[in-house]
Amino acid sequence: MVHFLIRRTILGVIALFVVISLTFVMMRIMPGSPFTKERNLPPAIEKNLLARYKMDGTLWEQYSAYILDVARLHLRPSLRYRNRSVNEILAQTLPVSIALGSAAFLISLGAGITLGSIAAVRHRTWADHSSMVLAVLSISIPNFVIAPLAILCFALTWPIFPVAGWGTLSHLVLPAVSLALPYATYIARLTRNSMLDVVHQDFMRTARAKGLDEAHVIIKHALKVALLPVVSFSGPLAAHMLTGSLVIEEIFKVPGVGAFFVNGVLNRDHHMVGGAVIVYSTLLIAFNMVVDVIYTFLDRRIKLA
Amino acid sequence: MNRFCHLVYGCCLILSSCAPSERKADFVFLNGAEPESLDPPVITGQLEGRLVAALFEGLTSHDPHARVAPGMAERWEISPDGRLYIFHLRADARWGNGDPVTAHDFVGSWQRALHPETASEYAYQLFYITNAEAYNAGKIADFSQVGVRAIDDRTLQVEINNPTPYFLDLCGFPTLMPVHLKTVLQYGDHWIKPGKIVSNGAYLLEEWRINHRIRLRANPHYWDRANVGLEVVDVLPTERDSVAYNLYHSGGADLILDKGLIPSMLLDFVRERPDFHASASLGTYFYRFNVTRKPFDHPMVRKAFAMAIDKQRIVDKITKAGEPVTGHLVPPGMEGYIPPQGLGYDPDAARRLLAEVGFSGGKGFKRISLLYADRSSAKATATEIQAMLKKELGIEVDLMQQEWKVYLNSMRRLDYDFCASAWIGDYNDPNTFLDMFVTNGGNNRTGWSNPKYDELIRLAAGELDAPKRMQILHNAEVVLCNQELPIIPLYHYVGVQFYDPRRIDGVYANVLDDHPLKYIRKIKK
Repeated sequence: MVHFLIRRTILGVIALFVVISLTFVMMRIMPGSPFTKERNLPPAIEKNLLARYKMDGTLWEQYSAYILDVARLHLRPSLRYRNRSVNEILAQTLPVSIALGSAAFLISLGAGITLGSIAAVRHRTWADHSSMVLAVLSISIPNFVIAPLAILCFALTWPIFPVAGWGTLSHLVLPAVSLALPYATYIARLTRNSMLDVVHQDFMRTARAKGLDEAHVIIKHALKVALLPVVSFSGPLAAHMLTGSLVIEEIFKVPGVGAFFVNGVLNRDHHMVGGAVIVYSTLLIAFNMVVDVIYTFLDRRIKLA
Repeated sequence: MNRFCHLVYGCCLILSSCAPSERKADFVFLNGAEPESLDPPVITGQLEGRLVAALFEGLTSHDPHARVAPGMAERWEISPDGRLYIFHLRADARWGNGDPVTAHDFVGSWQRALHPETASEYAYQLFYITNAEAYNAGKIADFSQVGVRAIDDRTLQVEINNPTPYFLDLCGFPTLMPVHLKTVLQYGDHWIKPGKIVSNGAYLLEEWRINHRIRLRANPHYWDRANVGLEVVDVLPTERDSVAYNLYHSGGADLILDKGLIPSMLLDFVRERPDFHASASLGTYFYRFNVTRKPFDHPMVRKAFAMAIDKQRIVDKITKAGEPVTGHLVPPGMEGYIPPQGLGYDPDAARRLLAEVGFSGGKGFKRISLLYADRSSAKATATEIQAMLKKELGIEVDLMQQEWKVYLNSMRRLDYDFCASAWIGDYNDPNTFLDMFVTNGGNNRTGWSNPKYDELIRLAAGELDAPKRMQILHNAEVVLCNQELPIIPLYHYVGVQFYDPRRIDGVYANVLDDHPLKYIRKIKK
């Protein structure tokens, strides 16, 4: 186990380094600089700007200086929000996205697994059919449609929740549910299919033959194994949800990190994009590692090497 | 079932009420995107400008009708040759922490704005001052050679290169606003954050949460405190029209100050409401030709294009906020300036012109591409123009959409045939539009060069007599918009202010689309 963790951490750091370098190169290849604006800058002022943000000198000098800064976790000032460092922007906006993301993550896991299990256990009954119809519906309606509909129903017509904003628990409900819905249904389908495979396996017959009651058999024995595909899906899902969804955050005016990830590219904010890529990749690598470890607990047949 | 609904409703109420209650602001306005900065010499955008004008005050300021009004300076004298200004600061000019605002603050702040290390993008707003440009470029290191001097604590002397009639206007511009140097020195880039910032305007910065909220509170040390209408003001950043409109609709905001924040789909309906206020502003939407490419090197071809476009259709069908169509570049409403008419819509004349240069019915005219950026109504407008050119002149146009920065880059390198453009004036004078098209001007971006035009712009810059100067500028615009047409002006922008006139007072339509917070009031019932 320890050996596995060490090896994966080293690989993770190498992967991170490659990703950062690729991002650096790709951002520089893109036409237009962060200082390309509607108004042309006098050359002297442009020179001042490039010097201030360490964007003068050869590409190699810029690259090595950047990697050194990143290694010291200094993600540099944003090129658009000029009085803020990337560290500061992430420190203010990432917790918001994490709060929203965790809520949505828990909702999608909870609702998805419950619905999926019910559908599998009550295979080919009205419960199965209706939950799967619901699943197909909400998976095929994109969240930029669900979210405005939710606002229309629960904030404007029936004003229970605020239309937009952040800061209180009631601000969290609509965005978290809208963000969770499509994933909840995906998880429900995943759980159902995998559960259907599992319930017909030999060890299930053994468990029942031992005289265990049905609830015990399903929750303790079947679900544990059936959840493997859900677990492997939830690793990247967690990374994705925690780093913010641009669409949901924008529709509900949630001050999360999502907007900075996307607009960083449009603004050619090299440093912001670098910081975003580092956060996202780190989360992705870490969660995949966690998923692999959780595997061994759920299914003793899996060994980490 | 009914009981279940009540249960859900009950739970929701509990959820919504368990929030910590915080003081509501007296006034909430929606200002567009998250501000890039609030550091006066650093900012470049209009939305930042609104906030900075609430936090800081220059030598002059703007009244709610966008006219120059005294600011930190209570009065000033201008020498007969128009090149020397003496500003007298008011005795009760104070910073938010009680320190007096002195002439030395202005000298130091302007030095900071011009210093290469500050890397101010708008530093050129100070280039009117003697030697300022050289100092910014690092050619001179001694700031005492730059034409600004504190005679004593309350007297500032400014020497400028040429008589500049709009210099007083510029003195109220963010780049020229003073900063509290001690604070800047102490905190560096972070001096602008709540808890650190010291400012001298009508408001103080109390809170600034990224993409969430900016909270302003009336400055007790402000000289005109008695006339500041609102105590606590929240400024909410959002770029999404539906969010803005929902917030306003549900009572979460009192004022929307950006046409982009009114859902364009609803414009037909919204325009009829008493909340909707639109006024001509200092912006023009126009198309550029790349005159270095054939056949656009020929003025007749450019004129034919201009006359074949039905501008009225574009503002009626696409922009919809009552934008006035135009044949000239300089928007109406500049004091003392009468722009030329420019060319009107006349497809028959357009066809004749095109036939005269050998492209009768569009025959022999190569396919051209029309460049525009992926923003707002640019695509719809380009599609309309494509159809109009095909119908009226028989010319085939390919549409080319590019992402914003790529588009700017293409335009800058003259890598286009025909492209969509816009310009927003920096100050209330025709020069802010017309000097764009001098030979090799940084913002020319058409390749067009005309010695007569250059000469007129140069003459106007040295002319002291205001009516004469306006006449010269008018003549220059005749060359630009009646004779040569390196551009086709389409329409002027309107500023949109969305508020309930029964509840809000002190917002006035004006050309700068400038609505100082200081003058806004809530009407007490």
